[in-house]
Amino acid sequence: MHIPDGFVDAPTSAVAGVVAAGSVAVAARRCGEQLGERQVPLAAVTAAFIFAAQMLNFPVAAGTSGHLLGGVLAAVLVGPWAGVVCITVVLAVQALLFADGGLTALGLNVVNLAVVGCLGGWLVYRALRAVLPDRAAGVELAAGLAAFASVPLAAAAFVLEFAVGGTADVDLGRVLAAMVGTHVLIGVGEGVLTALVVGAVLRARPDLVRDGPGAPHPPAPGVGAEEVPG
Amino acid sequence: MTRRGRGFWAAAVALALLLAGVVSWYASTSPDGLERVAEDHGFVDRAEDHLLDDSPLAGYGVEGVDDERLSGGLAGVAGVLVTLAVGAVVFRLVRRRGRGATGAP
Repeated sequence: MHIPDGFVDAPTSAVAGVVAAGSVAVAARRCGEQLGERQVPLAAVTAAFIFAAQMLNFPVAAGTSGHLLGGVLAAVLVGPWAGVVCITVVLAVQALLFADGGLTALGLNVVNLAVVGCLGGWLVYRALRAVLPDRAAGVELAAGLAAFASVPLAAAAFVLEFAVGGTADVDLGRVLAAMVGTHVLIGVGEGVLTALVVGAVLRARPDLVRDGPGAPHPPAPGVGAEEVPG
Repeated sequence: MTRRGRGFWAAAVALALLLAGVVSWYASTSPDGLERVAEDHGFVDRAEDHLLDDSPLAGYGVEGVDDERLSGGLAGVAGVLVTLAVGAVVFRLVRRRGRGATGAP
């Protein structure tokens, strides 16, 4: 899912870069206010774990693979704002150290995987938590389903960017269908892995899961979020 | 930090190192979803070479290590440790800047 340089033109990439920088700045400020001292190591370990998991491509169809994106996993474990920072750190390390994901495309990748995948996925998670039982099984199910949904959402965000600034003349409807179709399959893996990891952490250290059972139900980020105490 | 706390962190970091350093060798090498769609719809050749393709860890391998398995494993371990370090620095910085709203627990 990491966009290389060249797929999307420079102006669109620049706009995405501005959106990404603004989003990460807001996320950093919000998570700075909310993050407890004990959560600093969890946030760093979550980023490192997601880096590792992103190396593990699993086959989804003949000749196609996918890997965990980790947006919803990070949001559930450390909160959506710290989650955005986690995914951004992973993307920056991948682009700068491993030449994975373009440099001019870094903003696009942050928008798709951190903003859409993590924040967007977290909104789905909160909506599901509101209707599922407030205990471990409900948290795991909500995390899994939201993680599943976050992958085609991020794929659709790429197609939107490609529609605005794509460098090739393609049938956008067919590309959208192919991207969403393929990423629904990858999303199944994302959902299963996210539910498994959230479940494992809930069993080992339930106190570390920021958005686990019994967590207060804050409003959506940006929607009256200013009133929510840390 | 309690002994239980240290144990959890150690286990989580060890698992990440194991996944990136050893298990990654068994990962699928097929193109990912975006690459596959780009191939199928004829725009994969729009991808430009990465500016940092010559960097020592480019493509999840260590330059100069000929054994592919060792090279990939070492790159994975390096990536986990760098991400951990960058994450720790970044989260400590944003927490320091954002403090005052919560106070240290």
